[in-house]
Amino acid sequence: MMPVATPFFFYLLSATMIIGGVLVITRRNAVHSAMALITALLAQAGIYLMLYAPFVAGVQIILYAGGIMVLFLFVIMLISIERTVKERQFNKQWLVGIAAAAALGGLFIAVYTKGKSLFPEGRVTYGEGQNVQDVAALLYDQHQGMYMFSFEIASLLLLVAIIGAVVMAKKRI
Amino acid sequence: MREVIDYIQSYLSSDQTPGAAGNWFWATVYVLLVFVGLSIAVIAMNWLERKILAHMQVRLGPMRVGPHGLLQPIADALKLLLKEDIMPAEADAVVFWIAPFIVVLAAFTVFVVVPFGPTHAITDMNIGILFMLGVSSLSVLGIVTAGWASNSHYPLIGALRSSAQMVSYEVAMGLAVVSVIVMTSLNAEGTGTLSMIGIVQAQQAQHTWFVFKFFPLGLVGFFIFAVAMVAETNRAPFDLPEAESELTAGFHTEYSGFRWSLFFLAEYSAMIAVSSIAVTLWLGGWLRPFPDALSGPTWDLVFSLFPGITFLLLGAMCFYNAARMPKHPLFRIQTIGLAGFGAVLALIGLVLFAPPVRDRVGDIFWFAAKVAAFMYLYIWYRGTFPRYRFDQLMKVGWKILLPTGLVLLILTAGAGFLEEPVKEWLKRVL
Repeated sequence: MMPVATPFFFYLLSATMIIGGVLVITRRNAVHSAMALITALLAQAGIYLMLYAPFVAGVQIILYAGGIMVLFLFVIMLISIERTVKERQFNKQWLVGIAAAAALGGLFIAVYTKGKSLFPEGRVTYGEGQNVQDVAALLYDQHQGMYMFSFEIASLLLLVAIIGAVVMAKKRI
Repeated sequence: MREVIDYIQSYLSSDQTPGAAGNWFWATVYVLLVFVGLSIAVIAMNWLERKILAHMQVRLGPMRVGPHGLLQPIADALKLLLKEDIMPAEADAVVFWIAPFIVVLAAFTVFVVVPFGPTHAITDMNIGILFMLGVSSLSVLGIVTAGWASNSHYPLIGALRSSAQMVSYEVAMGLAVVSVIVMTSLNAEGTGTLSMIGIVQAQQAQHTWFVFKFFPLGLVGFFIFAVAMVAETNRAPFDLPEAESELTAGFHTEYSGFRWSLFFLAEYSAMIAVSSIAVTLWLGGWLRPFPDALSGPTWDLVFSLFPGITFLLLGAMCFYNAARMPKHPLFRIQTIGLAGFGAVLALIGLVLFAPPVRDRVGDIFWFAAKVAAFMYLYIWYRGTFPRYRFDQLMKVGWKILLPTGLVLLILTAGAGFLEEPVKEWLKRVL
């Protein structure tokens, strides 16, 4: 497929993401923050699509925007918003925060200035029409698949979390 | 000018969807066509639902606006647009504004990948079905925010119920869908597909609709999906978020006028969207019935006459009812109107008989006919089933559909794995 107006969509999606991210930390109302986060996550899914990774984009939408954020909203809506809006911020972590932000910013600048020499010239792109199949082959294929074990370990971790949640929520099992 | 025309014509010779061919002109045309078609379908559903429900309850339904109430949807739309748009005083204005648009966007965006035919789709994505499920699950965000932003008790409870219901049934739905994706991988290469067009082509290649595959496994998966999709769209008998006797109107209690009509539009287009998922995954999408048993050019011709015959029958029905109209002068305009409508339908039917048109609309017709059957089922459910209680609903979702879905997935994978060896073994034994 021929990409159309690539720079336009890149800047549009990036701007949406950055504005969304800024709104997440500046809004006092937690529901507004959550909705800004959803916008940012959806824009990120769009960026994944532009990077020829439709599977990651689909998972981003179905898991983060559709699944996790619904549960976020679910919880936030049951808290009294009136009180949280009036509440002053009480954690004193701005020093650590500035250090972390500076480190991240330094990393970005380094990548921006030296990016060409840091990364190989030609990047590996999977054909868009076969993306899901390629990801699956990379994970599970008999010959070239190498992440089967790690994938199963990750699913075991999730299973432990599910059982833990049930045990904590139920008084009598 | 010449290049523009060449660019537009260059797509006509390709056998791809406009999205896959990367032709922005035809992609825009297809988007507009789908949007217009969908709006017409929603308007038609509005009239049909009231009419069919009324006939099921031995009433007449809308009869006043236009012949047999045919203009009722237009009157309704006008009423909704002219109605005062009320926002509760303590509501969260921004979120209250955005919520209906989220629902509408989610409901319409999924039609990007709906395959009306091998080339009649806006685009074909490699992640087709994943995209459809993901984007349609975004509508729950709109419902939750609508309920919360109204700052009122009934909408909040309705929104909580709705989101709990939709999140629960998504799990069972996903398992049923995965069992179909396992079925698509039963080919020589052993590679499945998530693409909506690819799924239908897999059914074509395997010479069976997936609802009949590994009988009764495909049927069970289809049943799980058919139940879950009614719950996903918050329709009767799972319309607890809008249970009138308990919650007034659920999450859209505080909405009125234009914004309420957006919820209405989204509900119906979401119904069409999930029905088209079911048709694509289990009922062979655009494939006509009996492509193998009744094959050959003669049967192809017979089946290609169906769209025209359908419209002619609809036109004949209009003429019949126009003839049955009371002969009083007050009914003259209605009679002429109904006969005119019948004439338009019959004319469309005649156009559909023309060979170049006939060959191109066949797949769209079969897809639309299968979706229409689902839409009728939706109305039928609403007319017959009593509403579930909320704990019963959760029980059905988590304790019946989910375990069945898990077992179904394992059995489907096992059947797919054993199919070839068993066939070989049978060949040797017999």
